[in-house]
Amino acid sequence: MYRYDQYDQALVNERVAQYRDQTQRFLAGQLPDDEFRALRLRNGLYIQRFAPMLRVSVPYGLLSAQQLRMLAHIARKYDKGYGHFTTRQNIQYNWPKLEEVPDILADLASVEMHAIQTSGNCIRNVTSDHLAGVAKDELVDPRPYCEITRQWATFHPEFNWLPRKFKIAFSATTTDRAAIRVHDIGIQIVRNEKGELGYQVYVGGGLGRTPIIGPLVREFLPEADLLSYCEAVLRVYNRLGRRDNMYKARIKILVKETGVAKFTEMVEAEWVHIKDGDLKLQPQDIARMKSHFTEFSYDKNAAADTTYADRLREDSAFASWAKRNLKEHRQPGYSIAFVSLKAPGVAPGDITAEQLDAVAELADQYSFGEIRSTHEQNLVLADVRQQDLYAVWLRLRELGLATPNIGLLTDLICCPGLDFCSLANAGSIGVAQDIFDIFENLDYQHDIGEIKIKMSGCMNGCGHHTVGHIGILGVDKKGEEWYQVTLGGSAENDASLGDRTGPSIARADIAGAVEKIVDVYLENRESEEESFLKTYRRIGMQPFKERIYNTAAATEVAV
Amino acid sequence: MSALIRNREIVANDLVLLDDEAALPTSGKAVVSLARWQQHSSELRSASAEIGVRLPNTVDVATIWAEIQDRQLIVIDFPGFADGRAYSQARLLRDRYGFQGDIVATGGAVVRDQINNMHRSGINAFLLRADQDPQVCLSAFNDFSRAYQKAADSRMEIVREIRRSNHL
Repeated sequence: MYRYDQYDQALVNERVAQYRDQTQRFLAGQLPDDEFRALRLRNGLYIQRFAPMLRVSVPYGLLSAQQLRMLAHIARKYDKGYGHFTTRQNIQYNWPKLEEVPDILADLASVEMHAIQTSGNCIRNVTSDHLAGVAKDELVDPRPYCEITRQWATFHPEFNWLPRKFKIAFSATTTDRAAIRVHDIGIQIVRNEKGELGYQVYVGGGLGRTPIIGPLVREFLPEADLLSYCEAVLRVYNRLGRRDNMYKARIKILVKETGVAKFTEMVEAEWVHIKDGDLKLQPQDIARMKSHFTEFSYDKNAAADTTYADRLREDSAFASWAKRNLKEHRQPGYSIAFVSLKAPGVAPGDITAEQLDAVAELADQYSFGEIRSTHEQNLVLADVRQQDLYAVWLRLRELGLATPNIGLLTDLICCPGLDFCSLANAGSIGVAQDIFDIFENLDYQHDIGEIKIKMSGCMNGCGHHTVGHIGILGVDKKGEEWYQVTLGGSAENDASLGDRTGPSIARADIAGAVEKIVDVYLENRESEEESFLKTYRRIGMQPFKERIYNTAAATEVAV
Repeated sequence: MSALIRNREIVANDLVLLDDEAALPTSGKAVVSLARWQQHSSELRSASAEIGVRLPNTVDVATIWAEIQDRQLIVIDFPGFADGRAYSQARLLRDRYGFQGDIVATGGAVVRDQINNMHRSGINAFLLRADQDPQVCLSAFNDFSRAYQKAADSRMEIVREIRRSNHL
């Protein structure tokens, strides 16, 4: 993984000092509230419903065991003993004290971490495929490009006061696991017909109040031009993005109101001036970054192991975990193991200090000391020998991190909701729990198959509800929590926005409505191979609508 | 009157920002709005005072550069703490058009916590917001020793430094 050099370390240390000074001036009454607010946001610190919330950056979801232990330490020392992984691969703490945040940042800096630009109207954490570097369907490892982009975006002097937040995501695979088309800039690494490496660039996707699937603005951008093109997009946005209404300030609105063709023309016109300037990547820049992401020295005899097959035969619980929570590695004899943060009774994405420490231990022992966080709020041990899988599973099971539900219904993603967030209209964690209760039976979940439920407590859409196969959005109706349901959304290559089923549904009925939706799917699917999304796209909304709202003919109901 | 920092020093504020109706001073540095400049540029060019132009932060520098390129003083505007449009104007003036004169920042964002970024974007003079302590503001230039990206200042950019050290 990328390790800091003296420059990175100096910058992060200087940032801690800068923020400590800002905090002191604020506490001394020398910095107005609203200005400190804007500054602390750029260090990931929100003031939430009960306490400040600190969001720590996990660049493209990659962590070392040492970093994970520090996250555990912070949870214990400054928080209530746990943290929460987010849909942008970061981790949040819900109970830090404002006065202690500079100390937390100093602790983070000691393990090459920070909270820079995890919030505020600036360029946010760069995200990518959580299987980068081990995925079978990968063209190249996207992480060197992510790191190049991260460095360019960090403290970019021109783009720290944008109209609104700005998110960049990379994918280099045929299956998009980074949801690039719902990002402000989505970059797909590709080869052109001449075999040259480059990028397809999508601009102006996003969720929130006005969900939009990002349009393609450049079919092929040469490899060396990554940063100059991003700079051109950002400059057009900084100059022309709307600042009169925060709900219309994202770049997606600028692209939409300007028109994709005209917007592209403006970006290209800007880019012509800077494409051959200082931002052009030189081959040694890329080579240097790639040298940080070289392949591990894998055990060449890993596939010779026979104990794994024995364990699968002997232990059905292990077999069921292996079936759901392991993904194929490109190295023979290795597997990618998912650590499920979706267990009954736990808020999706939550993890305790003890669990963090234990996962760090597993990573050190069995997975080259690295861990990934996913945008679906789980963790991944990406490089486990098959002979070690049983030991990993036993330990994960002890820790409550082995629910065999990856990709299944209860692997749902959700924002902190009304329980923690000051923006939320409605709870989401409680609804997640109700859904867990109904679909408790794992065999039943396996039978239902791949289905993505995504839930947000308000229309800002942190839980990505608009691209959930089933999306659930909390709304406030005269002080009561209600939920709007959408069907048919997707954040993958076939990206689409969900369609609303109809009127919103009361808190008491929402989990039941999900059950009805699943029933309609099971009754209508042509075979087990037809996923929920495919069935929905084939049969449409009507059968679901009728069941949810009981509007089918009375005779049918009587049957 | 606001304090002025120019080229990293606290200096006497010698700038007069004129309303469109105000009479021109006979000497010193006077700044007029872009609109006034566009209406009366030939007359203003022959004034005895040095005339600078103040740009609204919504103007596209590309469209007006030809009209202002002989000026030695351009004032750009940060009307609110969080309105960063003029950062891009500064970059364009310095990087694209090679403007050599003073770029002065004015407005609600000209404070301790933004001066570093403004400086990196090509702004060399700062009409501080009234509540700012000029001495404290001077320390802003030292917040960071290096930078990841090339911008309009002279700071050594990390990529370049690494390239150079790898060549040695």
